[in-house]
Amino acid sequence: MLDYILRRLLFLVPVFFAVSFIIFMIIHLVPGDPIDHILQVGSTAEQRAAFTARYGLDKPLLAQYGIWLTKLAAGDLGEAIILRQPVTDLILQNLPHSLTLGSLALVFSTFVGIAAGAIAALNRNGWTDRSVMTVILFGSTVPSFWLGLLLILLFAVQLEWLPVSGARSAASLVLPVLTVGLGGVALIARVTRAAMLDIARRDFILMLHAKGLSPWRIHLRHVLRHAMLPVVTILGLRIGWILGGAVTIEYVFARPGLGSLLITSLGQRDYPVVQGCLLMLAIAVMLGTLLGDIVQAAMDPRIREGAR
Amino acid sequence: MAANRSVLARTLLTPRGGIAAGFLAVTVACALLSPWIAPYAYDLQNLSQANREPSALHWLGTDEFGRDLLSRIIWGARTSLAVGVTSIAASVICGMTLGAAAGYFGGAFDRAVTAVVDLTWSFPEILIALIFVAIIGPGLNSTAIAIAIGYLAQFTRLTRAQVMALKTETYVEATISLGAGHLYVLFRRILPNALTPVVVAGMLATGDAIILEATLGFFGLGAQPPTPSWGAMMSSGTAQIFIAPWIIIFPGLAIAATVIAINQFGDALIDALDIRGRLREG
Amino acid sequence: MPLLAVRDLSVTIGPVQPLDRLSFTIDRGEILAVVGESGSGKSLTAMAVMGLLPLIGGKASATELSFAGQDLRSLRDRDWRALRGRRMALITQNPMTSLDPIIPVGRQIDQVSILHLGFDAPRARARSIELMEQLRIPEASAVHGQYPHQLSGGMKQRIVIAMALAADPELIVADEPTTALDVTIQAQIIQIMVEAARARGLALMLITHDMGVVAQAADRVAVLYAGRLVEADRVGPIFGQPRHPYTRDLIACIPREGQAPGTLRGIPGSVPGVFNYPAGCRFHPRCREAQGLCAAEVPPLRQEGPRAVACHFPNGAAHG
Repeated sequence: MLDYILRRLLFLVPVFFAVSFIIFMIIHLVPGDPIDHILQVGSTAEQRAAFTARYGLDKPLLAQYGIWLTKLAAGDLGEAIILRQPVTDLILQNLPHSLTLGSLALVFSTFVGIAAGAIAALNRNGWTDRSVMTVILFGSTVPSFWLGLLLILLFAVQLEWLPVSGARSAASLVLPVLTVGLGGVALIARVTRAAMLDIARRDFILMLHAKGLSPWRIHLRHVLRHAMLPVVTILGLRIGWILGGAVTIEYVFARPGLGSLLITSLGQRDYPVVQGCLLMLAIAVMLGTLLGDIVQAAMDPRIREGAR
Repeated sequence: MAANRSVLARTLLTPRGGIAAGFLAVTVACALLSPWIAPYAYDLQNLSQANREPSALHWLGTDEFGRDLLSRIIWGARTSLAVGVTSIAASVICGMTLGAAAGYFGGAFDRAVTAVVDLTWSFPEILIALIFVAIIGPGLNSTAIAIAIGYLAQFTRLTRAQVMALKTETYVEATISLGAGHLYVLFRRILPNALTPVVVAGMLATGDAIILEATLGFFGLGAQPPTPSWGAMMSSGTAQIFIAPWIIIFPGLAIAATVIAINQFGDALIDALDIRGRLREG
Repeated sequence: MPLLAVRDLSVTIGPVQPLDRLSFTIDRGEILAVVGESGSGKSLTAMAVMGLLPLIGGKASATELSFAGQDLRSLRDRDWRALRGRRMALITQNPMTSLDPIIPVGRQIDQVSILHLGFDAPRARARSIELMEQLRIPEASAVHGQYPHQLSGGMKQRIVIAMALAADPELIVADEPTTALDVTIQAQIIQIMVEAARARGLALMLITHDMGVVAQAADRVAVLYAGRLVEADRVGPIFGQPRHPYTRDLIACIPREGQAPGTLRGIPGSVPGVFNYPAGCRFHPRCREAQGLCAAEVPPLRQEGPRAVACHFPNGAAHG
C-alpha cells in the first residue's frame, strides 16, 4: 500500500513541474515586457533594474523558471501589483475560506450523491427513481452560477432565511455549499446508480443470492461496496471539477477565497496573484486526484497490486 | 445515406429527440435571424424604462439601462452558439488529428500526446480556460480559444481510443496487408468509422461550452459590453437582484433550456446510433 | 420419495418460453446429468430449481416442484433463503466471475457457515480450511486470505465448490462447472466434485454439454433440446442404446480412442433461437431421420420403463 502511494506521488512530480512551468510561462506569453506585468506601475528605472537582477529576467527562460521555483519553495510568490502585498499572504488569507467551502461541498455531494443514486437504483424505473434522476438531470445541466443566483433569489431575497453573500456566519456557507455540491451530487448519483445496476447483474452477486443472503444485505453490503469503486474513481478525477465549481461560486456569493481572488486579479491583470492562485488550485487538484487514487487502492486489492 | 436518414428519423421520432430538436431549431433561428426578429436593438438604451418588469411592451422586462431583455436574449443566442460551435468545432478537428495520429502511429509521439492529455484531463475545463484567458486577455475570441483548448484533451483521448480499437479490426488489417498506404488506411478505413462517436461527443460538449462561455461572460472575462451574451447579462443583473430578478432569471433559463435540449438530443442520437459503449471507451 | 421432483416445469421470460414442460427427479445421493447444447434451457432449469429466476426476470410454472417433500412453488422469500446455500447450493459456470473480486476467497466460504450454521468467525475459518484441504487446495490456510485474482481458474472453481459444500447441503446444482476452465483441468474438477458428492451422499444435478463428462460422472441423464426434454434414462442404457436421434448424435460427438482422423462427427446446423423454434419436433430440421410427421406434430414424451423418449420414430429409420 505504502509502495503504491509512493508510486503515485512519484508520478505527480513531473506533473507538478509541467503545470508549474505553464503557470510560470503565463507572464512571458502575455504580450509586452514581463516586467510590466510583475512590477507596479510608475516604478523607476532603478527599481526595474533591481527587479530584473533579482528575478534574473535577463537570464534564459529555464534559469528564470529555476529562480521562480526556488523562491516558490521558500514561499515567495512575489508581490501583488494592485493589492501591494505579498501574494503568499493573500493566498494564506483566502485559502481557508476555499478549503472550507470545497471540503464541505465535497462531503455534501459524496453523501447525498451516493444516497440519491442508491435510492434511485433500488427503485429502478419506479416513481422515486424517475423523480430523483429528473432533479439530477436539471442540476447537472444548468450553469452552477445561475443555480447559485436562483438559490439567492429564493432563500435570501424572497424568504430571507439566509444571508445573500459574504462569509461572516456559518449560515452564509449553506447556499454556496449547496450550489457547489449540487453539481457533484448529480455526477455521483448518476455514477452510483449506473454502477449499482451494473454490479447487481454480475455473477458473484447471483452467487450471493444462491448462498441465501437477504437482498438487503446483498445490496447494502456488497453491491453498494462495489459501486463505490467507480464512484471513488470519478470523485478522484472530478475533485478538480468540484473545486472548479467552488471558484465560480465564491465569486457569485462574493465570498473571499482563491476563486474570487483569481477572478478579480484576472480582471485587473494582476499576474503574480493570478499565478499564485492557479498554482494553488492546480496543487489542490493534484492532491485531490492522489487522494482519490489512495482511497481506491485501499478498497480494491487489484489496484494495490497493479493487477488492473 | 439511407442509413443516415433513418438514424435521424429514429432520433426525431422519439418524444424527447423531437422536442429537443424543435427547441434547438428555435434557438438556431434566433441566432441566425436576430436582427430581424428581435423587437428592439440589443444596445438601445432607455434609462426612463430601466429595470421594468415584463410587460406587453417588453415581454421579458428591461435591464438596468432600459434595454429590452428579450431582444438581448435573442441576440445572445447568436453569441453563445457562435462561440460554442466554433470553439468545439476547432477542438474536435485538432483533437481528432492529434488523437488519430497518436493512436495510429503509436510510439514516442503517442506517449507524448497521452502524457499531455492525461495531464490536462484531471484539470477542470474552467481552470484551463482561465489560464488561457490570463494569457490572451479577456474577450470573446480568447473565450473561444480557451474553450477549444479546454476540451482538446477529451476529443484527443476519444479519437485515440477509437482508432486504437479500429486498428486491430480484421478489415483494417486486411487493407494494410494488401499494401495500402498509411494515409489511405487512416483516412479511408479508420477515420470514417471513428467519426460518429467523436462528432456526437462534440455535440454534447457544445452544451458544456455554452455554459463555460456564459461563466466566463459572467466573470466579465468573456464578451465585453455592449455585446449581448447570456452570461454577461446576468453579471450586470446581480446588482439588480433585489429589484429586477428577471434580468438573472431569463438569460439563465435560455442557457438551461438550450443545454438541456442539446443533451437530450445528443442522448437520443446516441441511442439511435447505438454507440453508448463506444463513447465510454475514451 | 425423490429429493427433488420436477414435473412440467416451464419457464417464461417476458414474451418467450425458453423451457417447455420439463420433468425429472433426483434421488438422494444420485448424480443426474442434464445435457444439451447452449440455448437448450439447461441454465434456466438450474435457476428455477434454486428459485433465482426472479433475478433475471423469469417466471416458473410447474405441476410439481418439490424439494424433500416441501413444495417450492409456494415458498416465501424468507424460506427460500433458508433453503439456498443451506440445503441446496449452486456452482456456477464461470469461477472467474462468481467470486467477489475484493473479498478474500476464504471469507467468501466462511460467509456460508456463519450465515447458515451460526458459526463464529474462527470456527467458520477452520471449517473452510478443512473443506479446502479436502478439495486438494495446497496451502489452504494461506489461500484462505488470498483474493480471486491471485488464484488460477481451477483453484477458484474449487473455492466455489467449497462454498457450495460449506453448509452441508443435500443437493448441489452445478451449472457447467468446467466450461470456463482449461481443458486440462476439466476432468480433474469434475472428479473432485463427484468425489465430494459421493463421500457426503449428496445429490448432484450436473448441467453440461459434454457427453464425455456424463459418461465419467453421472448415474442418470436427461437430454434437453431447445427447451424440451427429448430423452432420459440411466447412463448405461442411454449410451448402450440411445433412442432419440439427437442423443445418438451427441454420443457420436465424443472422440474415441483409435478413431481415424477426420471421422469425428458433428451435428449439422445449430440450436434454434427461442424466437424461431420450429413447429413439430424442434430437432427435425437437423435430424437425419426426420419424416413428414416430425415437422407437423410435437412428439409426446413416452415413458417405457425407466426410459423416457420424445420421438415419433424412436427406433430410427435405420432400425425400423
